[in-house]
Amino acid sequence: MVSTPADLHDKHDEHEHHGPAKGIGRWLFTTNHKDIGTMYLIFSLVMFFIGGAMALVIRSELAQPGLQFVHPEFFNSMTTMHALIMVFGAVMPAFVGLANWMIPMQIGAPDMALPRMNNWSFWILPVAFGILLSTLFMPGGAPASGWTMYPPLVLQTGDAFPFLIFSVHLMGISSIMGAINIIVTIINMRTPEMTLIRMPMFVWTWLITAYLLIAVMPVLAGAVTMLLTDQFFGTSFFLAAGGGDPVMFQHIFWFFGHPEVYIMILPAFGVVSEIIPTFSRKPLFGHDSMVYAAASIAFLSFIVWAHHMFTVGMPLSGQMFFMFATMLIAVPTGVKVFNWVGTMWRGAMTFETPMLFSLAFVFLFTIGGFSGLMLAIAPADIQYHDSYFVVAHFHYVLVPGSIFALMAAAYYWLPKWTGHMYNEKIGKLHFWTSTIFVNLTFFPMHFLGLAGMPRRIPDYSTQFADFNYIASIGAFGFGLSQLIFVYVLLTVKKGEKATDAVWDNPKGLEWTVPSPAPYHTFDEPVHVDRTVAFPQNNP
Amino acid sequence: MEQKPKSNLALTGSLVLLVFAMFGFGFALVPLYDVFCEITGFGGRTNTTAAVVEEAPDTERTVRIEFVTTLNQHAPWTFGADVASMEVHPGKMYFATFTAKNLTDGIKVAQAVPSVAPISASDHFKKIECFCFENQEFLAGESRAMPLQFIVDPDLPDYVDTITLQYTFFDTLRVSASD
Repeated sequence: MVSTPADLHDKHDEHEHHGPAKGIGRWLFTTNHKDIGTMYLIFSLVMFFIGGAMALVIRSELAQPGLQFVHPEFFNSMTTMHALIMVFGAVMPAFVGLANWMIPMQIGAPDMALPRMNNWSFWILPVAFGILLSTLFMPGGAPASGWTMYPPLVLQTGDAFPFLIFSVHLMGISSIMGAINIIVTIINMRTPEMTLIRMPMFVWTWLITAYLLIAVMPVLAGAVTMLLTDQFFGTSFFLAAGGGDPVMFQHIFWFFGHPEVYIMILPAFGVVSEIIPTFSRKPLFGHDSMVYAAASIAFLSFIVWAHHMFTVGMPLSGQMFFMFATMLIAVPTGVKVFNWVGTMWRGAMTFETPMLFSLAFVFLFTIGGFSGLMLAIAPADIQYHDSYFVVAHFHYVLVPGSIFALMAAAYYWLPKWTGHMYNEKIGKLHFWTSTIFVNLTFFPMHFLGLAGMPRRIPDYSTQFADFNYIASIGAFGFGLSQLIFVYVLLTVKKGEKATDAVWDNPKGLEWTVPSPAPYHTFDEPVHVDRTVAFPQNNP
Repeated sequence: MEQKPKSNLALTGSLVLLVFAMFGFGFALVPLYDVFCEITGFGGRTNTTAAVVEEAPDTERTVRIEFVTTLNQHAPWTFGADVASMEVHPGKMYFATFTAKNLTDGIKVAQAVPSVAPISASDHFKKIECFCFENQEFLAGESRAMPLQFIVDPDLPDYVDTITLQYTFFDTLRVSASD
């Protein structure tokens, strides 16, 4: 699977521009946004399978009550590593990869603004995750305190502790450099006719996401640095004996952590806002209101963090504030969902694989949003906190949310990247198996959580056995379904040649360049047909 | 269309500055959090240095004080309050003692960290003297009663009739060794 996209561009050597370098050096030293985007996407796919394998260890152990396969300590490592790898290794780099590929092509720029930094921000990632994965083989085991790294528990991590901290630092540096690059590209390198408000939604959501990254990744870096100095340099930021407060870590962490969840979903909103108009054959309904909604969500994400920690003990006024602020997010999110439905309204809809994934995104993400509203109710959250209901909630927004949007994006732009159509039948098979099994996996977890099953435990009371067994079957089905996607990627070059437009009259600059996209695009600023580039402003 | 050349360097520079500012902001949250807790009593914080309070007993009102003690992480001590609870009048000074014993063969240093519940009472529970104000050193096997002198502020909200004072006893050798 690694080798396939590596030769995506081999056919362009005859193009008027110089082509890519030969051999491994092309990938090590490349400053080409398409090469770097490809590397990001492949890296995140590899991480998706590693994190997925860990999820299957978890589901194997939980298929039946009692301890079957792994020690509880290793189980805890699996939940921790699964989360860290999926969040920082799969979802975030995948969206950065899409940004690298698509943002320059959507705004008519020849490349990213800071191409050498772009290379660096990618190549930090394999190092960071090499360090993180190496902790599996260290004395004391891999980190097992949950991805939230709460002290004092995380300070009991064995030799892996400093490696955990440094790998988080490196992931943060990579994300920050990627975000700076994206902002500078969008602000400085748009083709002259593209004003900010005319930008496609994917570019808009990424601009907002990049600002979120710059605002909160340094705060996470600060928090884990404090953990490091508490452990090794005698400080007491979070140690009560020395005058610190472990609850403060939770505040600082979630000040990062809540914007982080929007970092993982806003680009998904952007992707879906590109795809639904194409297959509804209508411009995006309410483009400008989508921009304002995304910006409102980003702003609100900074003032709701304590809804992750209603149970730590908080004044009533604090609980009320965070509860209502959290519920307020449903308003701009509702604007988005209704706009997607409005885009489809009376559209000439067809249901190719990218559209299917996008429709499932709208429906299933909304379920995750509703369970989020339930969790936002402070008095009810006392019951739901740390239960499988929370697990069900955030997997609904992340798997049929972010991951489905990524799959939709991959199918949507794959013909543009490779010059070939993927196998539509196999794509639809991938969609239907994924959708059925994702619900089989995560829907029963709602019931488990409401019935009182706690999260992050390797064993449970026997009354939870049936739903857990169903969830485990679903998890293996979902994991195997993703191998279909690998098959699609491996066989895409055998598909028929894609036209330049690929789909039925799609809008946007990326569809005006040949398929596959040449190694260099938009070397000169383009003057384009406005109805193609800015359909939302030309109804 | 004429386009002014835009400076990538200027924008990149300001974004990098923003990154460093946010890194600093993460650390600035530490003192901000302390100030916030001290003002609101959030987290059950009480005074950690001696309070100076005039006695003005309100004998009409009785408040129950409960003492709870916890050892942190199997620390090699015994630690407990000599009386489990007291009935007190607001504005009057009271004494209580807590006894700890070092169960090891070496010198041990402990630090007790107080917390008061409910939060609305934490500002009104004034410690005049407390063993928790400083580290307590114990010789091998030593057992000692440690004093607490306190006064409940008569401004305590009417709806509070019970105050829980909780001490967690930390083995501070790791902390003090690196200080």
